[in-house]
Amino acid sequence: MSLLSDLINLDLSETTDKIIAEYIWIGGSGMDLRSKARTLKGPITDVIQLPKWNYDGSSTGQAPGEDSEVILYPQAIFKDPFRKGNNILVMCDCYTPQGEPIPTNKRYHAAKIFADPAVAAEEPWYGIEQEYTLLQKDVKWPLGWPVGGFPGPQGPYYCSAGADKSFGRDIVDAHYKACLYAGINISGINGEVMPGQWEFQVGPSVGIAAGDQIWVARYILERITEIAGVVLTFDPKPIPGDWNGAGAHTNYSTKSMREDGGYEVIKAAIEKLKLKHKEHIAAYGEGNERRLTGRHETADINTFSWGVANRGASVRVGRDTEKDGKGYFEDRRPASNMDPYVVTSKIAETTILFKP
Amino acid sequence: MALLNDLVNMNLSDRTEKIIAEYVWVGGSGMDMRSKARTISKPVSSPSELPKWNYDGSSTGQAPGEDSEVILYPQAIFKDPFRGGNNILVMCDCYTPQGEPIPTNKRNNAAKIFSHPNVVAEEPWFGIEQEYTLLQKDVNWPLGWPVGGFPGPQGPYYCAVGADKAFGRDIVDAHYKACLYAGINISGINGEVMPGQWEFQVGPSVGIEAGDQMWIARYILERITEIAGVVLSFDPKPIPGDWNGAGAHTNYSTKSMREEGGYEVIKKAIGKLEKRHKEHIAAYGEGNERRLTGRHETADINTFKWGVADRGASIRVGRDTEKEGKGYFEDRRPASNMDPYVVTSMITETTLLL
Repeated sequence: MSLLSDLINLDLSETTDKIIAEYIWIGGSGMDLRSKARTLKGPITDVIQLPKWNYDGSSTGQAPGEDSEVILYPQAIFKDPFRKGNNILVMCDCYTPQGEPIPTNKRYHAAKIFADPAVAAEEPWYGIEQEYTLLQKDVKWPLGWPVGGFPGPQGPYYCSAGADKSFGRDIVDAHYKACLYAGINISGINGEVMPGQWEFQVGPSVGIAAGDQIWVARYILERITEIAGVVLTFDPKPIPGDWNGAGAHTNYSTKSMREDGGYEVIKAAIEKLKLKHKEHIAAYGEGNERRLTGRHETADINTFSWGVANRGASVRVGRDTEKDGKGYFEDRRPASNMDPYVVTSKIAETTILFKP
Repeated sequence: MALLNDLVNMNLSDRTEKIIAEYVWVGGSGMDMRSKARTISKPVSSPSELPKWNYDGSSTGQAPGEDSEVILYPQAIFKDPFRGGNNILVMCDCYTPQGEPIPTNKRNNAAKIFSHPNVVAEEPWFGIEQEYTLLQKDVNWPLGWPVGGFPGPQGPYYCAVGADKAFGRDIVDAHYKACLYAGINISGINGEVMPGQWEFQVGPSVGIEAGDQMWIARYILERITEIAGVVLSFDPKPIPGDWNGAGAHTNYSTKSMREEGGYEVIKKAIGKLEKRHKEHIAAYGEGNERRLTGRHETADINTFKWGVADRGASIRVGRDTEKEGKGYFEDRRPASNMDPYVVTSMITETTLLL
C-alpha cells in the first residue's frame, strides 16, 4: 500500500536527531536470530556510544522465568538498509547480569582466540560462502519446485537465468545491495546447483569481523525473505536424495600463508586440521552427516582429504595458490547452519595455537 | 512488493564506490548461459581492468569434479540494466588453468580469425536478426496459445497489435530498452509470423563484437523472461507443422562490398559460400533440418541458392544493394540457436581467407 510504504520510508533526519538502533542477537537454538529496536540520540558512529540492553531470555530458551534477564553487549554497527537514514543494526552477544557469557554465546570465546597475540600477529582472513535454500511458505517445499513433485534433475540450474531455472533472484539481488549498503563486505553471489538454492560470500574479513558480518548478513537475508513471503532455511540437506546440500565453505589464510613460501605453511596447517578432523566436524553444524556423504561435491564425513581444485575433498586448495606458492585454502566441511564464530576461531586455534 | 523493489533498485553510488560485476559465460551445451556476480572495488571502463575469475566447471558439464576450475577471461563490458548505477555485465570466455580455450569456447577461434590482417583490412560488419519463441511456464506451450489447442493459422500475427494477435510485447519492449541502456547496438524489433514468436536485430557490429553483443542480448532477454515468468526458447522449429521456425539471419558486408563495384565482390563471396554449403550448415545450429524445409520462408537444407529479394533462398540480396551496385547480403541459413561467434567467423573465413 503506498501510504504504508511512505511511512516506512520516512526520512526523519530533518525532523529529529533521534535514531533507531535494531539490536540483534542469537537465540537459544544457536541458529535463530532475534532483534528488537530502541530509540537513541544520534548520530552514532562507534559501538562504545551504545548502551548495553537486555531481553527476556525465558522467551528464547536462554534463561529461566524467575531470573529472565539476559544482557546484550553491542559489538558491531551496520547501517540499517530497511530504515536507512542514520538508523543502525547492532550485532550483540549475550551475558548474565553477573557478566558471564551465556552458553549459546560463542562470540566471547572466539574473541579471546582472536585476541591471542600469536593469532593477532598472523592476521587471519576469512571468506565465507554461505549457501541457503528458499522455501515456499506454508508448504515448506523449495521455491520454484512443483508442489507434490520435483523439478528436472540438477544440471541446468547452477548460475542460470530463466523462469524455468532460476527462482528467487529478486531476493538475492535485494540482499546483495542491502548488505553493501549496510557496510557488510559481501564479495559476490551465485545461483547454486540445486534449484531454489543460492549462495553469497562475505570476505575477506579479519578475525572476529567474519562472524559479525555473516550473522548480520543472515539477519538481513531473513528480513528480506520475510518481505518476499518466502521461507529461509539453512538446513544442510533440505531435500534428501540426488539434490545438493548446503554448506558454508570457509576460505582461510594467515599472514604467513599470504607471503612467499606460504604454500608450505598452508600444507602444514592442513595437516593439523587432519589431526583434529573429528573435533572440527563436531563443531561444524548439526545434521552435517546428511550432507557430507562423499557425493554431490562433498567429502565423506569420516574421511579427511585435501586436493588442488578438488571439489570432492574436505579441504580444497585453488590452482592460483598452488601456482603462486602462496595464498589461501578452502575448508569445505562446514554446514550452512554452522556458527561462524565457532568455525573461524576453531580453524585459527587449530592452525596457529595447536602444537601437535 | 514495494519494499523489495526499493532494495533491488537501490542506488549505492552515494554510499560506496564499490560496483557489482556480473560475469556471463556460455555453458556446457553451447547454448546455456550462466552468470555470477562479484564486488569490484571501484568503477571500471575496460575489461582489462577486471580480474580473471573461475567457476565450478563440473556443475556445467565443462570440467571433471577432481579438477573443476574453469577460468573466466573478461572480454566485453556492458552497463547492467537490472542493477543500474555503475554496475556492469561482463561477457567472458572460458579457459583451462593452463590457458587453453575449453572445447565449448568458440570465441577464441573467432577472435583469431577477426584479427587476421586480411580480415581487419576488410572491416566485416554483421547485422544479426535473432528470432525466438516465448513459452508459457510449466506447460512449455507458446505464449498466447490455448493450452491443449492451437491459435488460428498464420497470417494475422506478423508485426501485429491486439490482445488476440500479439503475445508478450512487454518482454520485447523491456528488452529493447534494456539493451540500449546496456550499450548493445540493438537496431530493431518486430513481431513474427508465428504467434508468440519475436525478433530483435543487433548491428551493424564489427568483427568479434557481433558475437559478444548477441550473447549479452540473449542473456538480458533470458533475465527479462525470468522476471516475467515466461520461458524463452531458441529452438529452430518449436512447433512442427504449418508454423514458422526461428532463425538467426546474418547480414554481412566487407569494406569492398560497401564500396563502388561491391556487387561483384558480393557475388564472388556468395560463390565461395556455395562451395562450402555443407560445412556451414553443420555449424549453423542443432536441429536446423527441422526448420530448413524449403517451406515457411526457408530454402531446403540440402540446396544452396541465392536471389534478390528471395526469402525462399539460402542467401538473399536486397533490392537496394542490387540497385546501387554495392551493399550487403543476408545469409538466411543460420538457426536461432546458432553460436554467433561461429557463424560470423565462418562467413568471414570462407569469404575472405579461403
